[in-house]
Amino acid sequence: MSRLSPGALVRVREDYPPGHIRTPVYLRGKQGVVERYFGAFENPERLAYNLTGPKKDLYKVRFRAADLWPDYQGSPKDVIEADIYDHWLETMG
Amino acid sequence: MRSPQDIGGLPEGPVNPSEHMLNFWEKQADGLRAAVGAKGLMSSHESRRAIESLGEDAMERLTYYERWTAALSLQMVERGVLTQDEIDAKVAEVRQRLADTGELELTSGEAEKLPAEQLP
Amino acid sequence: MSQDHQNHHHHDHDHDHGHDHPHAPPQPDDKVHSYYQILSIALKELLIEKGVVTAAQVRQFIEKRDSITPANGAKVVARAWVDPAYRARLFEDGNAAAAELGFPITGTRLVAVENTPDTHNVVVCTLCSCYPRDLLGLPPAWYKSRAYRARVVREPRAVLREFGTDLSDDVALRVHDSTADIRFLVVPQRPAGTEGLDEDALAALVTRDAMIGVARIEDGAH
Repeated sequence: MSRLSPGALVRVREDYPPGHIRTPVYLRGKQGVVERYFGAFENPERLAYNLTGPKKDLYKVRFRAADLWPDYQGSPKDVIEADIYDHWLETMG
Repeated sequence: MRSPQDIGGLPEGPVNPSEHMLNFWEKQADGLRAAVGAKGLMSSHESRRAIESLGEDAMERLTYYERWTAALSLQMVERGVLTQDEIDAKVAEVRQRLADTGELELTSGEAEKLPAEQLP
Repeated sequence: MSQDHQNHHHHDHDHDHGHDHPHAPPQPDDKVHSYYQILSIALKELLIEKGVVTAAQVRQFIEKRDSITPANGAKVVARAWVDPAYRARLFEDGNAAAAELGFPITGTRLVAVENTPDTHNVVVCTLCSCYPRDLLGLPPAWYKSRAYRARVVREPRAVLREFGTDLSDDVALRVHDSTADIRFLVVPQRPAGTEGLDEDALAALVTRDAMIGVARIEDGAH
């Protein structure tokens, strides 16, 4: 059972740890919605050092482009989606 | 704080749509990467991390396969498959060999001129 | 050629940049490029000498890479256009659907995303160059470029216009940043006027750029 379900409101953790991170900086601290659950995967942050560990749930998270960029030119319906691991996602109340 | 490859959203110019067919050495680099990966000696994750470690200047200056070559070199040493001394010695040997055949001044566009003996 | 030379230091590029002055002394960048090409040869020779890989294995992977082209993805799309049950399977499990047509996808998960009259999809990997290589082959140089990776999540409509794709405001755009082990295949809309075409003819209409999402397949082009 994954922690988050499609439709869950989430915020990407606003941290800047060193190392191999697959959560792009342009999404840190941003709010989005879980679009899909992909299952549990090995954590790339550890795989990058040839280490294994507990698998992490992976989610497709959808962000409104207008929420990411204050001067976004385009439709208010435009979205950017990224595949983000569980430990990078905080639930919103 | 960004790693040098984490560039989503940064200002950049027009996209250059021209196609690029891989030249000979790039194909070799791609095949070598796949062969090494198939042996479990380098994962895409380790390669990416190695490339990220090269820094901003390398990102700017090196071409795609040059970065992968750098990553392979780092990874082989990190995994203990090769030593840096071995690599440095082989580089000197290859360089000398190419100089002897008059093919030393390589640029990305001239790699195809490598003589047939260099082909595996 | 001089344009390429100016762009040399600022763009992530893989194109050949032949020089206007082949007999000039190597510039510092040339020395760096030379070093990495020599290093690539050196690593290959060392790894073969040590029995880590064989020359045959390297050749096999090159041949395998050469054998995969966007035509493979086009076949998947064309089948999805003509066969609703296959289409459903494709969206349910992209790896299995691709394998059905003889295109195994290993190490990553293939996820198909659907263009509709009100939604258009485009794919990028802002962090590197993740791309459905097992189905489409090698990505185009522009897909790996800084300009594409930086801008398509920021001003996607402008980038699409550069590719000749002008979306109206009532079409929503979904930009997929491939940040993990998921690889996205855009299933373009089947163009109007193609009812009489067989699967092969339909596949011939499906371009790599339409499967990345920077292009659409125009109606009436047939």
